[in-house]
Amino acid sequence: MTSELTRLTLSGALERLSRRELSAVELTAAHLDAMAAARELNAFITETPDCALAMAEASDARRARGEVGPLDGIPLAVKDLFCTSDVLTTAGSRILDGFRPPYESTVTARLWQAGAVCLGKTNLDEFAMGSSNMTSAFGPVRNPWTRPGENEALVPGGSSGGSAAAVAARLCLGATGTDTGGSIRQPAAFTGTVGLKPTYGRCSRWGIVAFASSLDQAGPMARTVRDCALLLEVIAGYDPKDSTSADLPVPRFSAAVGRSLAGLRIGVPREYRVDGMPDEIERLWQAGAAWLRDAGCELVEISLPHTRYALPTYYIIAPAEASSNLARYDGMRYGLRVQGDSLTDTYMATRGEGFGAEVKRRVLIGTYVLSAGYYDAYYLKAQRVRRRIADDFTQGFEHCDAILTPTAPSAAFRAGEKMDDPVAMYLNDVFTVPVNLAGLPAISVPAGLSDDGLPLGLQVIGRPWDEETVFAVAAALESAAAFDHLPYGLEA
Amino acid sequence: MGWIVEGSTGRWEIVVGLEVHAQVISRAKLFSGASTEFGAAPNHQVSPVDAGMPGMLPVLNRYCVEQAVRTGLGLEAQINTYSVFERKNYFYPDLPTGYQISQYQHPIVGKGRVLIDLPDGRTRAIGITRLHLEQDAGKSLHDQHDAATLIDLNRCGVALMEIVSEPDIRAPEEAVLYLRKLRSILRYLGTCDGNMEEGSLRCDANVSVRREGSDALGTRCEIKNVNSMRFVAKAIEYEARRQVELLEAGGRVEQETRLFDAVRGETRSMRNKEEAHDYRYFPDPDLLPLVLDEALIERLRAELPELPDAKRQRFEREYGLSVYDAGVLVAEQATADYFEAATRGRDAKQTANWVINELFGMLGKAGLPLESSPVTPAQLGSLIDLVNAGTISGRIAKDVFAIMFETGDDPGSIVEARGLRQVTDMSAIEPIVDRLIAENPGQVETVRKNPKVAGWFTGQVMKATGGKANPQLVNELVARKLGL
Amino acid sequence: MSIDQATVARIAALARIRLTDAQREAAAVELSRILDWVAQLDEVDTSAVEPLRSVMPISPTLREDIVSDGGRPEDVLRNAPQRSGDYFVVPKVVE
Repeated sequence: MTSELTRLTLSGALERLSRRELSAVELTAAHLDAMAAARELNAFITETPDCALAMAEASDARRARGEVGPLDGIPLAVKDLFCTSDVLTTAGSRILDGFRPPYESTVTARLWQAGAVCLGKTNLDEFAMGSSNMTSAFGPVRNPWTRPGENEALVPGGSSGGSAAAVAARLCLGATGTDTGGSIRQPAAFTGTVGLKPTYGRCSRWGIVAFASSLDQAGPMARTVRDCALLLEVIAGYDPKDSTSADLPVPRFSAAVGRSLAGLRIGVPREYRVDGMPDEIERLWQAGAAWLRDAGCELVEISLPHTRYALPTYYIIAPAEASSNLARYDGMRYGLRVQGDSLTDTYMATRGEGFGAEVKRRVLIGTYVLSAGYYDAYYLKAQRVRRRIADDFTQGFEHCDAILTPTAPSAAFRAGEKMDDPVAMYLNDVFTVPVNLAGLPAISVPAGLSDDGLPLGLQVIGRPWDEETVFAVAAALESAAAFDHLPYGLEA
Repeated sequence: MGWIVEGSTGRWEIVVGLEVHAQVISRAKLFSGASTEFGAAPNHQVSPVDAGMPGMLPVLNRYCVEQAVRTGLGLEAQINTYSVFERKNYFYPDLPTGYQISQYQHPIVGKGRVLIDLPDGRTRAIGITRLHLEQDAGKSLHDQHDAATLIDLNRCGVALMEIVSEPDIRAPEEAVLYLRKLRSILRYLGTCDGNMEEGSLRCDANVSVRREGSDALGTRCEIKNVNSMRFVAKAIEYEARRQVELLEAGGRVEQETRLFDAVRGETRSMRNKEEAHDYRYFPDPDLLPLVLDEALIERLRAELPELPDAKRQRFEREYGLSVYDAGVLVAEQATADYFEAATRGRDAKQTANWVINELFGMLGKAGLPLESSPVTPAQLGSLIDLVNAGTISGRIAKDVFAIMFETGDDPGSIVEARGLRQVTDMSAIEPIVDRLIAENPGQVETVRKNPKVAGWFTGQVMKATGGKANPQLVNELVARKLGL
Repeated sequence: MSIDQATVARIAALARIRLTDAQREAAAVELSRILDWVAQLDEVDTSAVEPLRSVMPISPTLREDIVSDGGRPEDVLRNAPQRSGDYFVVPKVVE
């Protein structure tokens, strides 16, 4: 059950709010109804209807006084990796049991400051470690999409699967995600939505539960490129509380949407034609290239020779950082404590029971690669290869202004698939991970349907700090693809 | 300053290096905005960053960096313009994040040195290996509760400088001299208050022994918790003797961490507590490498105060003070400043005596620091002037000083109010001398035979005048009257 | 690179994670597979490459020495599994 109001885009809703054709309370209530009707998706861990309505009322009051923020009255969902003041924050894990932060993350604080309304906290892979949303301690999220005529549950991708599903199912007008190795872009591709990972340092990491600090970056998820640009305008910006946040001006990203692409050079990396890539992905990629050529771009083949080493590099660096970042979850000051016979026993029991299988696996790998005798062979080696991967992009961008690739090597897969084979699961991120290693901005735009009738995404990668070109190219793809399919069941 | 353990099989010397943790003087912590003030109620000076809460990030305190650079400059050390904060990973309840942010492969300060002043007046250089910045842990209270430990995170995240010396120390007493000198330099620089009781300065000692004359390095033990000047020498001495006894009995020194028990005066192994440590250091991805500007280093260098070694040399040269007096006066900046203010335009040796003997004596008895001295340098100077002008005698001056210390009054007004002005009027003293000669014929005889004991009459005159007579004049008068 | 169960046990102890026997067995197999897979990095010649330390050339923010936090013990303590007054209570640390 969806009302006409939940079909609006974020930009469309802003227009109707500003014309007073719609109140924030009406808009919020419609989304709260949609959330209540879509609980089988398990997209939210915590719904905050009371808070949402209070915020909507305050927004309407502001609008009546003429004090309107750039996102005033827009109902949004927040990935439950962002700490929200006094609101349960779980990171999809048992170990944070009952944790209510005494602070608000910088990114969400900026959203509420801009007038947005918080609908609730969305489900995710535990500590954002996963590509399927199957590792959440609060159960898997169901992709609102199914194969035509089937009812078998598909994954929404991960780790921002709850946010992606909520955006796709019209439960919110936009959402926050975080992307460490593809966690915004891959679920966006799997759910037919748009998701952007900004340049590392563009958005503050303060108040976001850390997974891998040198890779984590928050970003927007929405149904259009313009909506993502509007969200990024609000959440981006320098934050003195994050040492890795860049002190740079925030451009008006939405102005880049619709910009002419004439003369722009688009790189197509040879090495992304990976073995066994399905034909439908290859066809989509070529279609994307053709659309951009039609838009006035010059297509150039480029080489990113170390692409195949990105995943193994990532699966050393990310677990290493995570093993240390997750040491604070020890049952001493907050969250779950499983009392043992001794201090050590309590640590072991708390972390043994509090963490799920994938988190344990990565913490063990990370501990191993940092341990005495292995640090040089694994961690330092990976940081050296990482530099080569980053250098590949620097050289690639000497020949082009943006790079076009598929977002993921497949469409959404069945819930439970690939669970027994971590390496096969990790391969989902083959096109997204290099971007995080190099700190670059990249977006996923829905570009078509697979042979099975499931959404597929194209990825546009930009130079550091050049989200504007990324948005401009993405908008051209969006307009050429004219992706107007709805998840089955929502079409009517 | 060699120091030898006489073993049953020969003579042994010791090789010692010290690791000092000095708390940086700053208002806020190294990576958070919480206060560093000592003595607050538990967990009242804790930021969510210090408590290791999810999503909290460290941001480096600029002033703490400057303090480390200042200290490095004061230790005549290499300042590294590129340094890296790393995570030292281990679990402990007073370490909320599960890692300590420290510097490992790239410390902010490299090699330097500290000159120690040996009792015979010579100096000796003790090398500094490195100085790095790191955060302190919280406090665990084990004895408040039978079945539990209480945790207070106030101290957690306070900036520390770990200052590591080369293994250049060869005697327990040298370790004390090194610590004293280091403490003095830190206090001059204003980078650490050096308060060992409050834990602002903590010391671990790496001790090994070898046969006299050998160049080889023995296996060392790290002695933790030698947290007072008194214990440093004791702990090293005990540990050296323990190792010699062990080696001479055919045993082997195990490389281990040992705890100094101040009550029993012995070290004991902490091995049982130590599981295989593997700290898994790696660069903290939340903090970018720290790159220092040469201009900043030069500015800090230009702002450095005169340090104890330079000041001592100047005191010897400019004031003609002995090595010992100069050394005592420069140990604390406040003492040196006091002395210099008091001696301006006066005899330096005389002022030094007053400061070292009288002032320090009174302060010591009263348990007061110099900063709380009731006698100002100007007042002490006036007192010295009164003595030198012959207005009061040296003996009376000491009484006047005691009154100054008690009341804080100026010496001039004390002398006037109490009528302590020295009597130089012969007409007042002469009748007293005459009376004493008349009343003590026996003494007169004795003195005439042995003029060296004429002082007896002088003493009696001083007694009769309440010390106010000028002893020089009295001596002359007595001699004249007795025809000496 | 094959990881045996003893190594898994050592790493799990270092990471303070209790594993059941079955989990330890499974972890030995999985970790071995992952490490075999990442071993392909050995093919990359990195002899002249410095390890990457920060992905964007950002000059780090430093904070001024101003007290701007603390004084909120309830915020620090209110999520504690166990507390006594303003102290956190944790299992006895054996000295």
